[in-house]
Amino acid sequence: MTTATRTDVSLVAHLMRRAAFGAPAWQLEQLAETSYEELVENLVAIDRHERPVEDLFDRFHLDFADEERGNASGVRWFYRMVNTARPLEENVALMWHNRFATAASKVNNSRAMAVHMNMLRDNGMGNYRTLLQKLSRDPAMIWWLDQQTNHGEAVNENYGRELLELFSMGRGNYSETEVRSAAEAFSGWTIDQTIPRYPNGWYDTNFVYREDDHYHADKEFFGEKGNFNGDDIIDRIVTQPATGRFVATTLYRFFVADKPDGEAIEELSDVYFRSNYEISEMLRALFLSDRFKNARFETVRWPAKHVAYLMKLTGEHTDPYQPGLTVLEAKSLAMGQQLLNPPTVEGWHTGREWIDSAFLIERVNFAADRLANLEAPGVQKMVERLRERGPSLSAEELLDAALYELGCLEMRDVIRDTVLEEVGEDRVFDTASAGFGREATTMFQFISSSPDFQLA
Amino acid sequence: MPTAPTAPAKQPVFVVVQLSGGNDFMNTLIPHGNPLYYDFRKTVDVSEDQVLDIDGSVGLYPKLTHLKEMYDAGNVAIIQGIGYPDPDRSHFRSMDIWHTAEPHEVISEGWLGRTIRELDPQKQNVCTGVSFGQGLPRAMYLGGTPAISVAQLEGYGLLTSLAGKEQRRALNLFHRMYTPEEIGEASMVLEHVSNTGIDAMTGADMLKAGTADYTSTVEYADDPFSQSLKGIAQVHTANIGTRIFYAQLGGFDTHGAQIATQDMLLANLSRGLNDFFADLREHNAAEEVVVMVFSEFGRRIRDNGNGTDHGSGGGAFLIGDRVNGGLYAEYPSLDPKDHLSGDMHFNNDFRSLYSTVLDDWLGIAPDPIVNGHFEQFEGLITSLN
Repeated sequence: MTTATRTDVSLVAHLMRRAAFGAPAWQLEQLAETSYEELVENLVAIDRHERPVEDLFDRFHLDFADEERGNASGVRWFYRMVNTARPLEENVALMWHNRFATAASKVNNSRAMAVHMNMLRDNGMGNYRTLLQKLSRDPAMIWWLDQQTNHGEAVNENYGRELLELFSMGRGNYSETEVRSAAEAFSGWTIDQTIPRYPNGWYDTNFVYREDDHYHADKEFFGEKGNFNGDDIIDRIVTQPATGRFVATTLYRFFVADKPDGEAIEELSDVYFRSNYEISEMLRALFLSDRFKNARFETVRWPAKHVAYLMKLTGEHTDPYQPGLTVLEAKSLAMGQQLLNPPTVEGWHTGREWIDSAFLIERVNFAADRLANLEAPGVQKMVERLRERGPSLSAEELLDAALYELGCLEMRDVIRDTVLEEVGEDRVFDTASAGFGREATTMFQFISSSPDFQLA
Repeated sequence: MPTAPTAPAKQPVFVVVQLSGGNDFMNTLIPHGNPLYYDFRKTVDVSEDQVLDIDGSVGLYPKLTHLKEMYDAGNVAIIQGIGYPDPDRSHFRSMDIWHTAEPHEVISEGWLGRTIRELDPQKQNVCTGVSFGQGLPRAMYLGGTPAISVAQLEGYGLLTSLAGKEQRRALNLFHRMYTPEEIGEASMVLEHVSNTGIDAMTGADMLKAGTADYTSTVEYADDPFSQSLKGIAQVHTANIGTRIFYAQLGGFDTHGAQIATQDMLLANLSRGLNDFFADLREHNAAEEVVVMVFSEFGRRIRDNGNGTDHGSGGGAFLIGDRVNGGLYAEYPSLDPKDHLSGDMHFNNDFRSLYSTVLDDWLGIAPDPIVNGHFEQFEGLITSLN
């Protein structure tokens, strides 16, 4: 056993913002008692932790428990983000959800969407070949890309094309021959029930392969000829250099920076091939890289993660009895990200497009509301820790301490100076006074309203 | 209503209404005089006696009663067979093409963003473009050019949970944080966030102040689309200089249950537009407004038994007092030999319509906005001045 190495709290904070959903300082300090390598391992080796038991959630949120409502899984997801011991699993599911971009608006079956999301959780950190195999058999995906209308006699190219373009290699790395062959190879891959809910409510729908509806003839795929079926196509796709780069880019853009870096992509792509397409190996390498460690505050925080992060700070929704989970979903939507409903087959427009005037107003207002709630256990805890710093705090001390409590945040000097001027540089705060709680939360609001707070 | 002698000259205003999901043009302007229509539409059809006939060969969908009244008043132009080259049956790609006016390359700059830049090159008014609905449409997106996105006017604003002195203080700080005297080590992204923050604050103030006195006898329906149109009427009558508006009505992807769905949606569209123009008239603010209604594509000629699948070639509407109503371009041929893989062939490029609006209505050179030169519709719009 190695000696526990204390990790820099700001590095822990960075890792938790990206690979988890962020955390207040008191949690970061506990995590920092461990070495960085061990923290990464604890996130990546998800089998070390159980998934959260959600039977109490089911009992107290009946509306969402039975997946009858269209937004069921999205609401539940926020509960999961806040409470899971496997936060990386949820992040990876969110990443693939954006990449495979299957939307409830078309699938129109909450149960199928829940199955889809669990498929992403179960396989998202596993082997990419397995993930593509599961994806190709996923009822929501089949319906989403009209794959049930892909018949041997009348081939529908939608899934074959998107598999190559959006789920693996990307445009320019294959020809129309490969599209056609992939589509033919997946003909007959369908579901046993059509999805519309009426007349008998939602019902489960399952993948079936109809041999008699498959296009049985030789197909050409990257120069090879054979009577390929869907899995043969996947076997060949995953070996393509473009696929390695695609998976690497997807991970990099979600976890590291909005703009991919060529050299970093090549390195990650190497891990993809060396590990035989194991995503968890890529994640391990990614989090241990200096590039990751240094890429702080370089992405715009995704709206769903913004919401979950604030809940981690305020300590709300850790118990299943608290009402108001639907609000979290509605707020995320208002900030531009309705979970389970990506706007296009390309997923959300991320990066700077997360910020428009309405989205920004919602982000700022939501943070200001929640961080001012002195009833919330997490807010109380942060205020209490500020009090413990001493009987009085200067304005600068309060600002720096508040930044720290909110997750070891950074703020540009020019913004810090502006806040201090507004607060009054000479002010001294009496931490024992009755009004200190309000003064502390006002500082939280100032910080959370800043441009810098929008970055992760 | 008397007009104050000092009233400033009216500026032309352009409102875009997006029908998302691919509205079935064949069941919007129905070619009921053509027997092929009934051959191809075995179940998803409208019987001849139900159609709101226009000229004996085509007519409007039965639920478009208000739109038909506006048509009869000469205020509705229907552009038949509109589309874009090399039709792509993907919603997303099609929508992007309409939004960016770029059918060949994937870009993120919107054509209305470029229009706003042209209308307000000095960025003097953050409310030159205002979109109602969930998120700024890509059409209005252009880096460095402000455009305001509003989900709904009620409650719109920054730090609205604070009150009085507290709120003023927080807003003052907000303003200073988003316009620092020196930018510090701001990344491009931080600059974008900062600019958006200032635009949002300024825009919210303008919208709030401008619309506070709005009253109307028109009662709009409660659905989001009608409320968006109400918001547009409120902002337009506030005279804060908004020139471009955007509203969206979704749900037109009618692979199944088409008749019931289109019944509801087209009735919603028709009533909403009628209420909107009635409201504008009440405020003597109709003449300067032109509305364009479009959808990303039309649908297949042959129905699928319950609905229709993605197609190409559709239709667009241009509505307003200054629009010279009537049918424009040709109804696409339904003859099987003329089909484009089972779809209607488009016969006019959507950028022709854009160019006409830009040139004849907004008075700006169209070619740089639509990236090319396209033939315009002569006499489609009579300019304001």
